[in-house]
Parts: sequence; structure tokens; C-alpha cells
Amino acid sequence: MRTLLKLATAAAISLGVSAGMALAKDKVKVGFIYVGPVSDHGWSYQHDQGRKAIEEHFGDLVETTYIESVSEGPDAERAIERLARSGHDLIFTTSFGFMNPTIKVAKKYPKIKFEHATGYKRAKNVSTYGSRFYEGRYVLGQMAAQISKSGTAGYIGSFAIPEVVRGMNAFMLGAQSVNPEFKIKTVWVNSWYDPGREADAAKALIDQGVDIMVQHTDSPAPLQVAQERGIKGFGQASDMIKFAREAQTTAIVDYWDAYYIARVRAVLDDTWSSTDTWGGFDKEMVHLAPFTNVSQEVAVKSSQTRDAIQSGQLQVFQGPIIKQDGTVFLKEGEIASDKQLLGMNFFIKGIDDKLPE
Amino acid sequence: MTWLEPILLTIVTASTPLLLAALGELICERAGVLNLGVEGMMIIGAVCGFAVAHTTGSMSLGVIAAVVCSMIMSLLFGFLTLHLLCNQVATGLALTILGLGLSGLIGESFIGEPGHKLPQLELPFLSELPYVGRLLFAQDALVYISILGVILVSFVLFRTRLGLIIRATGDNHRSAHALGYSVRKVRYGAVLFGGACSGLAGAYLSLAYTPQWTEGMTAGRGWIALALVVFASWRPLRLLLGAYLFGAVSVLQFHAQAYGIALPSQLMSSLPYIVTIFVLVIISGNKQLTKINTPACLGKPFRPDR
Amino acid sequence: MRLELVKRQEHSRLMVVVSPILAITLTVILGGGIFALYGVSPLEGLYAFFIEPLNSYWSLEELLVKAGPLILIAVGLCVCFLSNTWNIGAEGQFTIGAIFGSIIPILYPEWTSGFALPAMILMGAIGGMLWASIPALLKTRFGTNEILSSLMLVYVAQYLLDYLVRGPWRDPDGFNFPESRIFDSAHVLPKFGDGRLHLGVLIAIVVAILIWFLLSKTLKGFEIKVLGQSPRAGRFAGFSSNRMVWFGFLLSGAFAGLAGVFEVSGSIEQLTPVISPGYGFTAIIVAFLGRLNPIAIIFAGLLLGLSYIGGEAAQVSLGISNKMTNVFQGMLLFFVLACDILIHYRVRLVNPREAGNDVA
Repeated sequence: MRTLLKLATAAAISLGVSAGMALAKDKVKVGFIYVGPVSDHGWSYQHDQGRKAIEEHFGDLVETTYIESVSEGPDAERAIERLARSGHDLIFTTSFGFMNPTIKVAKKYPKIKFEHATGYKRAKNVSTYGSRFYEGRYVLGQMAAQISKSGTAGYIGSFAIPEVVRGMNAFMLGAQSVNPEFKIKTVWVNSWYDPGREADAAKALIDQGVDIMVQHTDSPAPLQVAQERGIKGFGQASDMIKFAREAQTTAIVDYWDAYYIARVRAVLDDTWSSTDTWGGFDKEMVHLAPFTNVSQEVAVKSSQTRDAIQSGQLQVFQGPIIKQDGTVFLKEGEIASDKQLLGMNFFIKGIDDKLPE
Repeated sequence: MTWLEPILLTIVTASTPLLLAALGELICERAGVLNLGVEGMMIIGAVCGFAVAHTTGSMSLGVIAAVVCSMIMSLLFGFLTLHLLCNQVATGLALTILGLGLSGLIGESFIGEPGHKLPQLELPFLSELPYVGRLLFAQDALVYISILGVILVSFVLFRTRLGLIIRATGDNHRSAHALGYSVRKVRYGAVLFGGACSGLAGAYLSLAYTPQWTEGMTAGRGWIALALVVFASWRPLRLLLGAYLFGAVSVLQFHAQAYGIALPSQLMSSLPYIVTIFVLVIISGNKQLTKINTPACLGKPFRPDR
Repeated sequence: MRLELVKRQEHSRLMVVVSPILAITLTVILGGGIFALYGVSPLEGLYAFFIEPLNSYWSLEELLVKAGPLILIAVGLCVCFLSNTWNIGAEGQFTIGAIFGSIIPILYPEWTSGFALPAMILMGAIGGMLWASIPALLKTRFGTNEILSSLMLVYVAQYLLDYLVRGPWRDPDGFNFPESRIFDSAHVLPKFGDGRLHLGVLIAIVVAILIWFLLSKTLKGFEIKVLGQSPRAGRFAGFSSNRMVWFGFLLSGAFAGLAGVFEVSGSIEQLTPVISPGYGFTAIIVAFLGRLNPIAIIFAGLLLGLSYIGGEAAQVSLGISNKMTNVFQGMLLFFVLACDILIHYRVRLVNPREAGNDVA
């Protein structure tokens, strides 16, 4: 079946080629390095969906390989170099911890193109890309404030890195736009993926009176707990509706297909250059799963917010925004720069949790 | 009181898989076999339990499959260590690697599939008792099994002839052999029991704790179970204490965080480990007691020759 | 029919050579079968696993880099295990060694004199020893079981590393991402060639040979073995088992700590939240696979390293999943362990009826 599909796409593509699309390269070998197993149904899984999308889209013009469960320590450099040595033209390294190894290997192989996700170091042959997941979290915040009766959300965090802190701030800004008194209770589980601990954390939060569950960890366990205890929540990384038909209101879905296809296309056309892409709703890098288990009113308002962010009409980080310690982050009307967002390590007013110094 | 009940229920859930796996390992070690493959057997139990329950729709078949598959894994371990006299530590670790790989292969098609949760067995009247009713009498079958298991293992180990034979095999396999007991048979039995319990623990993870299959979902619980056996100085009732202590601290640190206690979350996450060491130091003051309970032939191979 | 093992009078020199070959042959046969079952050509699969990692200078280097820490930790553990002390927490000592070794490059990056690197290495060893001294102290002072305490301390060490890298030791120019600054070139171990092969690997092999000498030719080695085999006999000989617990833990802790600092200053060149793919635990397998003999441990470390690197190669060249690698690895280990017994035992099939006579 799969081969049939491949053949069909290949045929379609080759037809396209003969119809006059001049390509600079006849075949591109694309490699991926994943930090988790492709079957994690979260972060690495979504990247692998992107890989499959490339195969489907380009058929015989591409060949893809991947190495999964590469630990972010000493093994990373070898894994990346292995791909570089085995004839790959384009290599995606899909976790922050691969940043320095990617730069090191890229220096040794100047002809190969590298793409590193969620980092900030670039080189002539290294691009970076990331996703403005926080835009989705703003919508989540608004929804939470409308759904919650207690005015308190439970927030399960993985690690206090800028990505997660930014998401939490965006969530709070969204919530405050509906209910200025909104509160969140935070639990850090120090893991991206441990269903058991995530479930325990969710239970602890619900026991302390929260009535909506937000997570920045990748397993569906917290949503399952939410469903069991009869409250609502949000999925993360992939659409988790199957796990919580009555509890998931929407989910932030990582979506890399469009970006990956564009980058492979650039290599095929020989137009690839080192870029920094940080896309949100506008570049289709963040998707929201269909709104479910919420009133028509909430769903409509949420899609309006989503559209407003997508069109640039609404900026998530737009002043006035006051930091937790009372100092001003953004003055009235001021919009945060990407640099300010990139290294964000403070909470805004209204969040009580403390960050490590 | 009403706020306490859900917390205790969470603690029960967090502790049960540890208790189940550790109980099996306890018998195994009492018979003199150190099986470091708990993590591997547990995850095979988790995936097979989920796969069968998901395909057949029957939870009990799922649990049975988990037990059987983990027992097959333990049988492999038994053959290598008891028949071929391979080193137990290395074989156990290899079993863990094999289990993690195999479970990933078996589970590939069950990724992203939601599972069903093991039903709670509510005992009539009793479960309606105030305060303790739901806690004690409305749990799922595996929780009851874990508690009854502790009592049963404790009874068998110290009050029956079978227990005496198991302990003799672990303490001095030469004398046990001289008395006419088949050391190898006893140990096979213990290893299989260990496998069965690990299977139950795995099934608990994928069918009750978090009803889903994900790769590596045991997340090191097999290792904790191994440590708890040592913590308990090979006594089942202490094992109950140890597993619930560990579970309680891991759950309560989340409560402390949600309550807003501003300590580094890494410190909070490492509390269960620190507390366990600390408590063990306090109770291991009595060296005599520890020594009496430590199986003297633990990890040593036995060959029934002259 | 029943399988029985008969102890040889003397270990078989023939089998020392034959058993690994037999193990690999069996793995090749069964592994080939599994590959075929999975739709991969057995020959290609086996080639990717066993030959590809050996056919280029680069992958040979990488093999040594991977095996280095395994060998170094396993050699320390073998002394510990021989003396009947159960240090299961080398992973934690590795982590603390890496943390201590990183104090200079992270907190005093300006100090780039020639003494900085030796000082880092020394501090790494001290860090490992300090962490290992906790279970040693608890064992000798309170009788606390060292398996539990050393294992639990692994998790504590990892959380400590996590705290440091995400908090106070964050790279000041790193946008608050969880990683330390990149080490100055003065704080990086010297490399051979332009690959990643660093001094630490060489030291690991030298250490293995030294420990082999210690164990087989010195009084200390005799003391270790006597205390390990029979504590009572050891006490008669005037050896102290408490002192031996300290010796074993400090030595294995120091080596694990060394491996830690070598890894951060030789391979990673900065401190990150993840610095080990489980070296401390894998080294336990290596120690036993090498029958607690430092020279054999070198080979065991290389074999295990090969299985990891081969698995990775197979993923790229054949698209074999990482899980297959684990299965293959587990199988290889089982066969190696099982064939190993042929060195000391003969296998024979016994008819149950005859077995009666046999016992008499």
C-alpha cells in the first residue's frame, strides 16, 4: 500500500518535472536526528510526521533517514556526523540540546546544509527554526479563564526554560484579558515525558482546587486524569482528543510539514540559504486542534483570537506588561522584540511561582 | 478530612506498581537470585497487557497476558542463570535492554491509542463507610492483590514449610541441597513468581495508572522496586512501608509545589530518593536484624554437584 | 534428556577463544533470522552492525570514544565488585565528577594556564570520590546497604546537575537556555588527529592495565580477592573489611568521576543537562561481561561500544528502528554470557535415568 502511494506521488512529481519545473538537483537526501523515539506521540513523533510529509510530497526526489532516541550528550555529535558522512544534503537536528554539536559538525562539512530546531546559533550552512507555540498558549489562556469557575488553572511544567516560561506568560496574558484576577498553580515535573509523574502532578493540582488543566509536558496522562475527575484541559504537541473525548477543549499541535517541505524545496531549487525562522499561526507552524467540549460562544471567541494573532492584528506580548517583581517589561503599546522573547526568564505579574536565579 | 482522601488515593496509585514489582523481586532474592531485569520484565508486562486488553477488549485477559509474558521473560533469565550459570547481574541488565527493545517493537501499533482503565471494585456497604470507605474498599483489583500479596508472602515466607525452603535456598544452597531440596527448582519458582509480579506491576501502569502505552513508560520504576527490596531488608511488611513512603513523598512534593513552596523543583523531585536513604539509615541502626535477613547466597550461582 | 554442566578441572584455553566466536556466530544466525523477519536483508543488516563501524578511521575513533568511559568506569567497578562491595551508583559519581571538573572552566574561565586542565581532572576524580564516600560512610558507620544508597544518589546527582545547568551555571550569553558556557580551549582535553579521540580514552586503557597489575601482582590485589571471597578468612589475615569498602568506593568513584570530567572536557566541551547516555549503568554490564578482569574489560567495553555504534549505523543505512538495536544488543549479550560458561564448564546432555548413577 505504502509503496503504491509512493509510486503514485512519484509519478505525479515526475509529471510535474517533465512539465517544465527545472530543478537544480535531481535527488536530495534528508536526515533527521530525534531526541526521543518516533513513537512518543509528541515532540519527535510530530517531527517524524514532517519527514513523512516530505516523502509523500517529493516522492522519488528525496530519500529520508532518521536516528531516533539520540541522547543530548556525547552521542549527539557522532549521530549528526554519521548523517553528514553518509551522503545527506540536508540534516534536521530537532532538539535544543543538539545546538553545539550541530555547529561543530557543520563547520567540518561546509557543503552540507543543517537546520537546528529551537536554538539560536547559526552559521553559513546552519539555519535555525522554531515555533511560536506561545501564540497558541494565549488562546488557551483566554479559554481557560472563560471555562474555569474557580478562576484557577493547574499548570504542569516540564523545565523552567525560556520556551516554557514564555508559554506560561502568554497563557496568563490570555487569561487576564478575560479575568484579571485569574490565578495559576504550577507544578514542575522535571521531565518532558513521564506519564506516571504527569498524572500524579495533575491529581495533586486538582486536589488543590484547580478546575482546568494546562500542560507543557508531552504525554496525554494529565488530560486522562482531567477527564476522570470531570474537568477540562488542553492537549500538547499532538491532538490528544482520542485520550480525552470529554476533557480536551483544544490542543496545541506542533506542525512542521509546511516548513520541512519548503526547506527541501529550497535545496532542490538550489535556493537554500541560512535563515532564522520563527513562525506561529502565520507560517502554519502552530495548529490548534478543533474546539471541543466548549460552548459555541467560547469556540467563536477563540477562533477570532486565533485569526487576530495570525493576521498580526493582535500581539501577544504588547504593553503594558508588568513583571512579577513590579518592574515594567513593556510600556503601553510597546511590542516585545524577538530577542526579548527568546531568553525570557521572568514571570509576569499574576503568576506566583518562582524561577531559579 | 475530605481533602486528605484524594491525596491518599493518589499515593496508593503511585505506590502500587512499586510494591507489586518489589514483592516479586523480594521472593526472588530470598531464594538467592538477584534479578536486575525488573525494569525489562515490567515494561513487557505493560505492553503485552495493553496490547491484549486493547485487542480483545477484556481487561482480565490483558492482566493475564501481562503476567504470562513477563513470566516468559523471567524464564529466559532463569534458564541463563540457573541452567547455564551465567552471571546474574549481567544477565539481568541484559534482560532490561532486551525488554525495552522488544516492548517498543510490540507496542508500535498501539502508540496513540487510548486504553481502558481497570474498573474499581466497590465492596458493597464497606465502600460507603465515611472517610476510609473509598480508600480501602473501592480500589481496582491490582491494588487489592498487592496488599493481599504482601500479607500472603509474609505468611508463606515465615510461617510455612515452603517459606522455610525458599529462605534456606537463599541462605545456604549447599545445605538446602544436602537436605534433598532441588535448589534449581525452588529458584525457578521464585524467578517465575518475580516475573509474574513484574507483569502485574507493568499491567498496573498501562491499564490503571495511566491507561495508555508509551515507550519507556516504566521510567525507572523497576530500579526503584529493586532498591525498595533492599530498603525493606527482605521483609514484606517493611516493603509495604517502603513503597508507600516512596510513593507518598513523590506525590506530596507535587502538592507542596502546587501549594506554592518556593524551593528549587529539582530539590523537590529528588526528595523521594533522599528521604528513602535517610529512613534506611535510621532503621538500619540495628545491624543484627539486617544481617539476619540478608540472603547469604544472593547472586551466587549454584550447581548441584558433589 | 536434561542439560547438565560439568566443571572442568582447569579453564579451557581453547574455549577462551572459541566462546566469543561461538557467541557471535549464534548472534549472526539468530540476528540474521530476525532481520529477515523484519524485511531487511540479513547480510546487509549484519554488515551494518558489525563491519560498518570498523571500516573507517572515523568510526574506529568513535568506537574508542564510546568505549573509553565504559572501560574506565568498569575497571573501577570490577575492583569494587571483586571485594564484594556493591557500587551500583557509578552513574551518579560520573555526574558529580563532571560537575566538579567543570568548576574551573565555568566559574574561573579566565584561568587558562597549563595547570588548569590537570587541576580539572584532579577535581573530577575528587568529585567522584566525594559522592562515592557517602554510601561508603553510611555502610561503614550505620550498616546501610550500599546498593540502595548508591543507586538513589544517582538520581540526586542528576537533579543537582539539572539545577546547576538551568540555574546558577547557565551560560551568561546563552539566552537563559539550559547549558553552561562553552569551555575555553585551554580546558579541553588534547585530541589525537582531527576527530574526537581524546586523551581520556588513552588514560582509560592505561588505567585498565595498571589495575590488572594491581589485582594480579600485588598484595593489595590479594587482599581484595580474599575479602571478596571470604570476609572471615580476610579478617584472619588481618584485613579490614571496612577499610576495603572505603577503598573500593573511593577507587571506583574516582574512576567514574574521571570518566565524567573526560566526557565533558573531551567530548561535549560544555556542561549540559544530559551528559551521559547511561554510561554508569552500562559499565556494570561491561564489568561482568569482562569477568571482572581489567584486560577482558577492555574488550567487553569495545564490544558493547560496537553494539551501540552498529545500531546507530544500521538505523541510517537500513532504517532499522532503535528498538531493533536494543533487541539485537540484548540477544548478543545473552549469547556472550551463555557461551562464556563453556570456558569453565562442559555441557552434556544427561538422560534422567542415568542421572541417578551420576549423582552416586
